[in-house]
Parts: sequence; C-alpha cells; structure tokens
Amino acid sequence: MRTDTGTAPLIRPAGRHALLVELPDAERTAAFHAELLRRRAAGTLAPVAEIVPGATTVLLDGVAEPKALARELSAWDIPRTPPSDGTVITLPVVYDGPDLSEVAELWGVPEDEVAARHSSYTYRVAFCGFAPGFAYLTGLPAPLHVPRRATPRTRVPAGAVALAGPNSAVYPRATPGGWQIIGTFPDPGRLWDPTSDQAALLTPGTQVRFSPLESRATTAKAAPAEAAPTTPDGGAA
Amino acid sequence: MTHATLTVTRPGALTTIQDAGRAGHAHLGVPRSGALDAPSMRLANRLVGNPENTAALETTLTGCAVRPDRNITAIVGGAPCRVTVDGRPAPWGTPVHVPAGATLDAGPATSGLRSYLAFAGGLAAEPTLGSLATDLLSGLGPAPLAEGTRIALGPAPRTAPALPDAPPWPAPPAELVLPARPGPRADWFTDAALRTFLTAVYTVSAQSNRIGLRTQGPALERSKDGELPSEGMVLGAVQVPPNGLPVVFLHDHPTTGGYPVIAVVPEQALAAAAQAVPGTPLRFVPDLG
Repeated sequence: MRTDTGTAPLIRPAGRHALLVELPDAERTAAFHAELLRRRAAGTLAPVAEIVPGATTVLLDGVAEPKALARELSAWDIPRTPPSDGTVITLPVVYDGPDLSEVAELWGVPEDEVAARHSSYTYRVAFCGFAPGFAYLTGLPAPLHVPRRATPRTRVPAGAVALAGPNSAVYPRATPGGWQIIGTFPDPGRLWDPTSDQAALLTPGTQVRFSPLESRATTAKAAPAEAAPTTPDGGAA
Repeated sequence: MTHATLTVTRPGALTTIQDAGRAGHAHLGVPRSGALDAPSMRLANRLVGNPENTAALETTLTGCAVRPDRNITAIVGGAPCRVTVDGRPAPWGTPVHVPAGATLDAGPATSGLRSYLAFAGGLAAEPTLGSLATDLLSGLGPAPLAEGTRIALGPAPRTAPALPDAPPWPAPPAELVLPARPGPRADWFTDAALRTFLTAVYTVSAQSNRIGLRTQGPALERSKDGELPSEGMVLGAVQVPPNGLPVVFLHDHPTTGGYPVIAVVPEQALAAAAQAVPGTPLRFVPDLG
C-alpha cells in the first residue's frame, strides 16, 4: 500500500484486542484479505484468532498486541487485485424466482435473458454473515445492481438465489429476507453442513459460477424451516 | 457401565446448554455463542471437579429442574436462587448430592438473571463445530430444553474438587457500569452524542437477550447519514441502530453488521451485563484498562 498513495488502509481500533482495517474498495479489501491469509499460512503473521472480511473492511480479532500489529500492517506492500488460486465452484440454478420479472425490468432485458446474464459472470465470496454459510458474492457489474425489495419476505426458502445491491447470494436455509429472488439452487444442504470439516461450501475468497438448469431436479428436498435468525442489525439478507 | 442421564422436568423460560462456545468461525458467519456469564459457568464446573469449560445448563430468570437416573454431584451457581432436592432446601453455590430419581430444582433467580447448573462429569452430546453451545441466532447446537428432554452426562471426574476458602460468587449488579472505549465508528456520531453516551443513565431494556443487551435512554445522534457497508463486529461491540439506542452485543451476536459501532465493552465486563435484569440502571464509563 505504500506504493499506492492515497489508498493506504485506515486502521480503526475495535476494543482492547481487535483492529478494523478499512480499505478503499471491495477489490483491495479482497487483496488485503488474501495477503493476511497468505502470511498466516506462512507463519509470518502475529497470532490472530479471527480474520473476518466485510464489504470494504477486514476485522482482526483476538490480537495480543493490536498497536504493534497496526504498525506492521501499515507498512505492507499489497498488490491491488487479489490473487486467484484457480478454484471455481459451479452451482446449478433453476431460474424460476418470484422476482425474475422485476429484475428483468430493472435490467432492461426480457425475462428469459436474466439467466444468461446472471450466469455469465464469475463471482467471488467477499464475506459471510447474516447466517452461517451465507456468502455475499461480488462480481455483478454496477449497472446490474438492484435494490432490495421494499417489503422483506418473512420466509425465503433454502436454496433461493437472490440479488441485492452489489451482491448475489444463495440462502443456505430458510430465513426472513429482503433480497430479489431470481432462482433456486436445488441442493442447499451442500452450502452449510456443520457436521463436516468444511462446514461452509462458500468461504471468503472462493470463486463461484452459476450454471442454468432446465428444471428443478425432482429429488430436491425442501429444507426444513429451522429457528430462523432475526435481523438485529437491520441488514436483512 | 453407562453414565447418568438427566431428564428435564421443568425447562423454565429459556434453559440452554452452554460451554465456552465456538471461536474461530466468525468468517463463516458463525457467532461465538457460549455461556453469557462465563466466569460463573467456569466456577460452577471447578467446584464439581470438571475442566472449567465443560458444558453446563444456563437458565434465564425462572430456573429449571432436572431428575438424574443415577446418584450425581451437581451445583447451582450464577444468579442466586432457591435450590431444592426433592422439595428439601439445598445449598446454592456449593456442590450438592442428588440421589438417583430425585429432582434438583433451581428456582427463579432472586437477583440476577442466569443461573448455571453444572454436573460432575459434564453434559455429554455431539459437538457442532467443536462446541455444545446452543446458539439462538444461528440455530446451531442443541435446541433449548423442553419438558422431557434427556441429556447424557459424561464420566464423573476422579479428582476431588478444590474448594475455595471464601464464597467467590459475585453479586448481580444493582447498577451496571460498563467500561467502554471508542469503537471503530465513533466518528459517525456527533460530539454531543459521544458526551451523552458517557454521561447519561440508561436502563437495561426488557428486549435484551443472548444476542444483545438493549437499552432505554437518550437516543444518540449521528453526524453521518447513509449506509455503512457490512463489517465484522467483536464481542462487546456497542452498536447504535436507527432508533439511536445503544445495543451491547453479547455472545450470540451476528458476526457482521451494518450499523455503526460507537464503542466496545471489554469481554471481562460482559458477565455483569448478562446478570442485569430489565430496569437496571446502566452507565457507560471510559475504559482505562
């Protein structure tokens, strides 16, 4: 970041043992996050209990000496774009969502073109939140960003593929939500399985592509409605 | 040989299984969860000879009752309450013997909110992401206790517990004083709001739960409009939603949020917050620690 004048990370204190590092945009947040993971894997990062990326921030929590780490971070030289490890997860989608026509109208395209558009981009998991395994995907170009629904739904089914603002997401389980639903991923159980070593399929940094399916597999089971989280931060997903 | 099993005969308003929670998964959207009054849970475990982060029961205001099918050693600590074994008075805050088939009843809290029931051998269940904690926000871990719920216990420890010399249970707060240092988004508030935050008397709202301690009092005015993109939040973050009333995030808090965090309360101060009943006066003071 030294070499990129005016875009140095802003380091904000977040209590006795945490720092919130703010980056100028999502791309540089991704690059900074990737650099943190690289240094942690190499054993050159001071111990940090949690590395939590956000939209344009990364929270470093459980840090013994936050001031020393802040000094170190501000001296880092970080590439502007995140490196890719080449792994891409492809999710099949039936484009049958209840908000398909509204999204088509916002995009100014015929309804049957939404699938082709949405599945033509490579997305990246920017961060998780709202519910376990709920991944915020970036990669949709700005002209295709859509607002949240004026009235959130009390129940969005598991597997719903939805859009809001700069993000796409696939709901791991049924929750309330205000995003525009354009399709269905028929196998939502794959997204979040706390009994597995890899509990979340989509972790920050993962690349994702969507592939249109003709119709929903007849074997796809609807996930049971569990104790759904409320949205105490108002950030209804 | 099989170990003891508890049957829940009175679940109370909200009784959950809690341990030290599941750290290290915040980036997947998984809250830490775990006992809200962690020091009380740890002490209860030590007094029955368990490792201090062994799973125990956390009650809310109205206590709970369980019946073991073997002779066991148990303890009720945390919020003070009347303890009975098959209706006969038993001590609070020290280990008690519960015969097979007898009912251990932790009554409603006489002060504070959350009592902890620990059992020699600890509660045994299948962990989720390394923890038995019930996470009410994300639905991880065992469901809250219901009448008839059966819970297995682990093998009783062989070592005799080391009893402390003096009663070490802290009293629930008559007034809650929470140290706070400026949070990452303190600059989203007016100077007047920052002054009000550190000088006004708030009260603990009845809307409080395991996710957050909600407050009533003067609303805090923001100096910046607009939306804050989602960002990671620490335990003890004091977030201010659009109504201007601070929320102190407790163990089941979401891992990311979209409202500005004005301050952060250190983890050590949150045990008292977990025991503050609705209506308790609350002051935030500068954290100089």
